[in-house]
Amino acid sequence: MNLTTALARLLIFPGVLFAVPAAWFFLWVERKSVALMQGRIGPPFMQPFYDFIKLLGKTMPPRSGVGGLLMKAWPLLAVSAAAGAVGLLPVLPSSGGFEGDLILLLALLEVPSMCIIAAGFSSRSIFGEIGSAREAVLSVSYNVVFLLAIVSIAASQHTFRLEALAQLQGSPLKWLGIVAILVCLPAKLHLNPFSLPNAEQEIYSGPMTEYAGPELAMWELSHGLEWVAATGLVATLVAPHLSAWWLAALVFVAISFAVVLLLSALAAATARMAIDTTVRFYWQCTLIFAVLAISSALFMRYRS
Amino acid sequence: MNLWNRLMCTCRRRSPWLFHMNSGSCNGCDIELVASLSPRYDAEQLGVRLEGSPRHADILCITGPVTHNSVQAIHTVYEQVCGPKAVVAIGSCPATTNVFIDSRTIDGPLNRHIPVDVFVPGCPPRPDAIIQGVAKAAEILAIRAAKKSPVEPVTMPLGGPGCGEACACASEAEPAAQEVQQ
Repeated sequence: MNLTTALARLLIFPGVLFAVPAAWFFLWVERKSVALMQGRIGPPFMQPFYDFIKLLGKTMPPRSGVGGLLMKAWPLLAVSAAAGAVGLLPVLPSSGGFEGDLILLLALLEVPSMCIIAAGFSSRSIFGEIGSAREAVLSVSYNVVFLLAIVSIAASQHTFRLEALAQLQGSPLKWLGIVAILVCLPAKLHLNPFSLPNAEQEIYSGPMTEYAGPELAMWELSHGLEWVAATGLVATLVAPHLSAWWLAALVFVAISFAVVLLLSALAAATARMAIDTTVRFYWQCTLIFAVLAISSALFMRYRS
Repeated sequence: MNLWNRLMCTCRRRSPWLFHMNSGSCNGCDIELVASLSPRYDAEQLGVRLEGSPRHADILCITGPVTHNSVQAIHTVYEQVCGPKAVVAIGSCPATTNVFIDSRTIDGPLNRHIPVDVFVPGCPPRPDAIIQGVAKAAEILAIRAAKKSPVEPVTMPLGGPGCGEACACASEAEPAAQEVQQ
């Protein structure tokens, strides 16, 4: 992969130029499908775009000192990390060179969640601090399962290169890993039944309580980009290997869309769980499957 | 007006985020405000979202006759809403203090404390009247962004857009209710 294709991937597809409209589109699909499942009509197609532009035009409350600077920095860091994660996804077949690294992708996927935790604490709002503490507890719970699932897929393939993972053949182990990742996605995207950090009517808006205007717009965008990155990760693992680049892109978008619909259906069908129930769910019920997956992956590797 | 300002006007009109505040209301108007987001009325079609924090909101919806205890809270919350902002007074209480007039625990009406843009009368107002008032407030926000001139307060017609049909339905329902009583 030479420099131009690398830049084209980072800036055009599946990078910024694709990811930002896709983020707005997925946010709309989530709100619209939840509305349809509740028997409502739901927001118009351009709604996330209107929200974003409107937030850019709002005034900001005055903030001074290091705390103010940090509060400005967290949403920008979250947006750039999420956009970088989307740009790394191995959607198109490549031809040698830097092929994307799974560890880098996982680290970038984790940065927005870290930023939310830090943002809540630096806002010094009591609701922000409660939301951040919940996000931290949630992140510790689902990440064990999420990382074990991905490591089991990687261990069975003897590689951490994304390109090789995207091309791997279907096996029961791979599907077990994908199911484990899907179980973690609602917690990662703060959806019902794990919408604990931003629990409305409970702790106001959680870590976002003190954010306003353009900073809030950046949080909305980073949330949308997280949607694209997380569903895109599942799509690259599920999608069959295709040589035609346009077909690969089309299958990628279609599978991401299907995952968004699946997650929205879950969000519409469930209510929010308490934090202790959530932690128990991830540590007691799901961890068994993740441990099963990684032990069988290591066993298979030992046998081969 | 250049292209960016026109886009901003459209976006402000199409994306009103609400913050709901109770200043001593009997909970009647609050129930109707939540009902306007329910499947039957579905205010989300207009881009309405009920936000948890006043920092996120564009439109401050205040119910209740403004008790002494709530005056300071109203000022604080009004300051916390970032500009451009609009205020919708929901129900007859914030407009006139309603049946609580001359009470020694009341410090209303609301426009003695903060500038109100839209009054939605009714005790309680119908959900569609509330949606109409919020849509009017969103238009005021867009005008305010474009002209920067003060906008006169608006009082919405009593009963809301669906009032005639609702009255017709009620008169049809009355004989049935009488039969049940008998």
